[in-house]
Amino acid sequence: MAAKKKVTKKKATVRKKKAQKRVVGPTEKKGKKNLKAVALSSIEEVAKDVYQDARKGRLPNMTMPQRNLANVTYDPKLGYFELKGNMKTRTLDVNSVKTFAQTLRLMSLAQDMVGDDDFATKREAYYVSKNWGEAKFNEQRESDTVLDDIEGMFSVKDITREILRFVPEEHGGSVVGALTVIDRDPETGEAIRSDCSAMGSGAYTIPSAVDHLGFETTAEFVLAIETGGMFQRLNHHRYWRTANCILIEMGGVPTRATRRFVRRLAEGLKLPVYAFVDCDPYGICNIYRTLKVGSGQAAHVNKTFCVPTAKYLGVTPQDILDFGLEDATHPLQPVDIKRAKDALKNDPFFQSYPKWKSALKQMLKMGVRAEQQAFAKWGLNFVIEEYLPAKLKQAKKFLP
Amino acid sequence: MADIRKTAWRQAIVAKKAHRTAEQMAQSQREISVSEFFAKNRHLLGFDNPRKALLTTIKEAVDNSLDACEEGGILPEILVEIEQLEEDRFRVAIEDNDPGIVKAQIPNIFGKLLYGSKFHSRRQSRGQQGIGISAAGLYGQMTVGKGPRIWSKTKRGKMHAFEMQMDLTKNKALITKDEEHASWHRKHGTRFEIDIEASYQRGLRSVDDYIKQTAVANPHAEIRYRAPGMEEPRVYERAIKAVPDLPDEIKPHPYGVELGELMKMLRNTNSRWLSGFLQEEFCRVGPKVAKEIIKAAKLGERSYPSRIARDEANNLFRAIQNTKISSPPTNCLSPIGEDRIREGLMKECDADFYAVSTRPPSVYRGNPFQIEVGIAWGKPGVDQLEVDEKGRIAKKKKKRTIDTEDLLGNADEPVRVLRFANRVPLLFQQSGCGFTKAVTQTSWKNYGLSQSKGALPIGSAVILIHMASVWVPFTSEAKEAIAPYPEILKEVKLALQEAGRKLGSHIRKGKKVASEFQKRSYIEKYLPHVGIGLQEILGISNEEREEIVETLRDTMETTRKI
Repeated sequence: MAAKKKVTKKKATVRKKKAQKRVVGPTEKKGKKNLKAVALSSIEEVAKDVYQDARKGRLPNMTMPQRNLANVTYDPKLGYFELKGNMKTRTLDVNSVKTFAQTLRLMSLAQDMVGDDDFATKREAYYVSKNWGEAKFNEQRESDTVLDDIEGMFSVKDITREILRFVPEEHGGSVVGALTVIDRDPETGEAIRSDCSAMGSGAYTIPSAVDHLGFETTAEFVLAIETGGMFQRLNHHRYWRTANCILIEMGGVPTRATRRFVRRLAEGLKLPVYAFVDCDPYGICNIYRTLKVGSGQAAHVNKTFCVPTAKYLGVTPQDILDFGLEDATHPLQPVDIKRAKDALKNDPFFQSYPKWKSALKQMLKMGVRAEQQAFAKWGLNFVIEEYLPAKLKQAKKFLP
Repeated sequence: MADIRKTAWRQAIVAKKAHRTAEQMAQSQREISVSEFFAKNRHLLGFDNPRKALLTTIKEAVDNSLDACEEGGILPEILVEIEQLEEDRFRVAIEDNDPGIVKAQIPNIFGKLLYGSKFHSRRQSRGQQGIGISAAGLYGQMTVGKGPRIWSKTKRGKMHAFEMQMDLTKNKALITKDEEHASWHRKHGTRFEIDIEASYQRGLRSVDDYIKQTAVANPHAEIRYRAPGMEEPRVYERAIKAVPDLPDEIKPHPYGVELGELMKMLRNTNSRWLSGFLQEEFCRVGPKVAKEIIKAAKLGERSYPSRIARDEANNLFRAIQNTKISSPPTNCLSPIGEDRIREGLMKECDADFYAVSTRPPSVYRGNPFQIEVGIAWGKPGVDQLEVDEKGRIAKKKKKRTIDTEDLLGNADEPVRVLRFANRVPLLFQQSGCGFTKAVTQTSWKNYGLSQSKGALPIGSAVILIHMASVWVPFTSEAKEAIAPYPEILKEVKLALQEAGRKLGSHIRKGKKVASEFQKRSYIEKYLPHVGIGLQEILGISNEEREEIVETLRDTMETTRKI
């Protein structure tokens, strides 16, 4: 809560000074060598343990955190889903020997890639295994699971899949606004500057790894938007210029890269982050919750892949009433109702905030959902001219 | 013209056929000799076709040889030779080391139908009626024209070589040649040789099959066998060096005698009183039981048996059936024995598992009998596994190769049922046999074999069923199938269940081992990759890698329990 106050104060000062320039370099820089070394030594350590156990005639094992919502806690002070510490141990036996071998071989691949500064998409890693004969993966689902296991195993040392050089297939979301991204040429190492306010009708695309990026900005806040449609509208009308902000298109549940990217803007540039998503259980419980605190499945990486300072701008159930959207709603589907009820019952994040509990209950009571684009009912640009300014005036009232 | 003539002719024929006087008929009525009868009805004796004729000839001769040797307390050495003379003509010779046959009896035994020592006795033996071997001679003479040739020598006597012709009308053999030789290549023994019209084939129900099965049920016999196409005789070695105990002869049990036979016995007895007759002629009848029977038949103890035969035999017959008489003694039975069945199967059938069971003697219609069952299961070297003392599992090696045909079928075929009566294999009419019925009525699913309702179970298995009895109830004179008496069916089923339970527990254990083996094959498959992974990460040498994989394999295999 202290952080929140701080942000608000700073935002106030920023407003006064108008367009203060903020800069941040790559997070990697300071710890890059370090992380690389930690990654390499961690890989070796796991292999050594296996080797020593085997030599002593013991059955070797690997330990990793359990990855599910039942094994996470939420502490608002910490700001993200944290593992409770339930571990699963995989002991080498007939049932696990294949996975065991595949884990070691993928670790070996990671070792090579970290050493050679190369990377493999998850799909490529799957294809690399095709050269392993009997030990090959039959489906990418299998190799993805093993990759998640490896990441879980190394998460205690803050080593992510990206540091091990496994990158997701999908890239991150789109960015426009008062932001300059400083990347470097992978071959020459030369700096490449991308001005996100000079993208015309297009946008900057968040790469799959973002820790090497540097940023410069004069913006005052970040607006993370669920749908491409709304992002296009705001970009077309240069809303980022009028509101002096950075617009991020999440495209559904934000990818790890997008979450990390927004996290770096929030943390490095000290910018507040506001989420603008549909008013339905999916927008709230999946998109926003994952952006802010991470997921149960990837709880071991939430620490670095979420945006604890994010706030929920809208659309809220109350907005439906306040902005006269009652007749622009759709009834909640059974799957929506189940999702909302599940969140109230099982999700430690929503359980921590009475405001969220009442908002979800309100939605369930109303029995309807409203999309971002429902504001078009009052005119195509009602959202730019009326809704967003009105909401931003009361940023303190945003749902946590 | 032609039509009219034809019609007249036909009418004449019809008239001739239709109208015969009693006198005319009497002219053509005459006694039919047994030989003549069988010459016309040879299928009844197993000579229906050339292939079967060859088998029956050999079977009858081998049965005789084994019986004769056992009776003389000699370990049988039997030589069977089939020589192809022409496309459809074969010379068959069976030679043994029996005690020999005295000169005077030779023509009777080999030339006369229904002559023998066994028909009248109540003792377990292979042959029963004394028709088989003479019928073979008869068949040869009818098809090729030459009678049988016999060489025989007793221990002390000289060797006689005979050639004979059978007189079909007089049921008699005419000796056409009789030579005496001072010595022979055997100290004692008999050789029977006949040329017959036949055909030789291999496979199921062939002579090969018969010899093999005979070797299974008679592990105390050594059989040498040479068929067309064999360079050297095939030798079925002796596995047990002891002649089976000679079973005792018993008198008939009252329950087993039919009315006609009872009347015949009453007529022919030397006893003068009914009470004496009952006690003398039957087993298990003492003064008390005799009294009870007589009382129930409302007869006098001192009645004349021959009078009763005429007037009150039926009452007596009924009285016998209604009187409680203890079961016949069983010392007249000579089962093969569990050990011998196991030896016999092991010697001729290399299997993964053997189960044997012998039932206690039982009785059907006054005839004692005993059922034995042996099961051989699983082809070694195909998919059988074994566990060593360290707990490792490996494919079982084939113990040895048996150069004769394999009795075990494949795992997806019905099991083979080997049926034996008094140690003689029954090759034909499997489906009509009481033994087969008992097998199909047993629920083999309980014992690890799959089975459709009412069918033989499926599996790589041989089921041997043996019935030892003083009188085996064959369904026909060709001695091919056992009549399904309820008492016999019940005993066979009980024996099958007993052996089946042993098989079942073995198969279940085997299935466990197989699934464990399947799991352990993952170790074989994937453990080397654990080694490769470790080598790549840690940069160990190839030797170190192989060593660590070996150590891990040991650790993994020995920590698993079966």
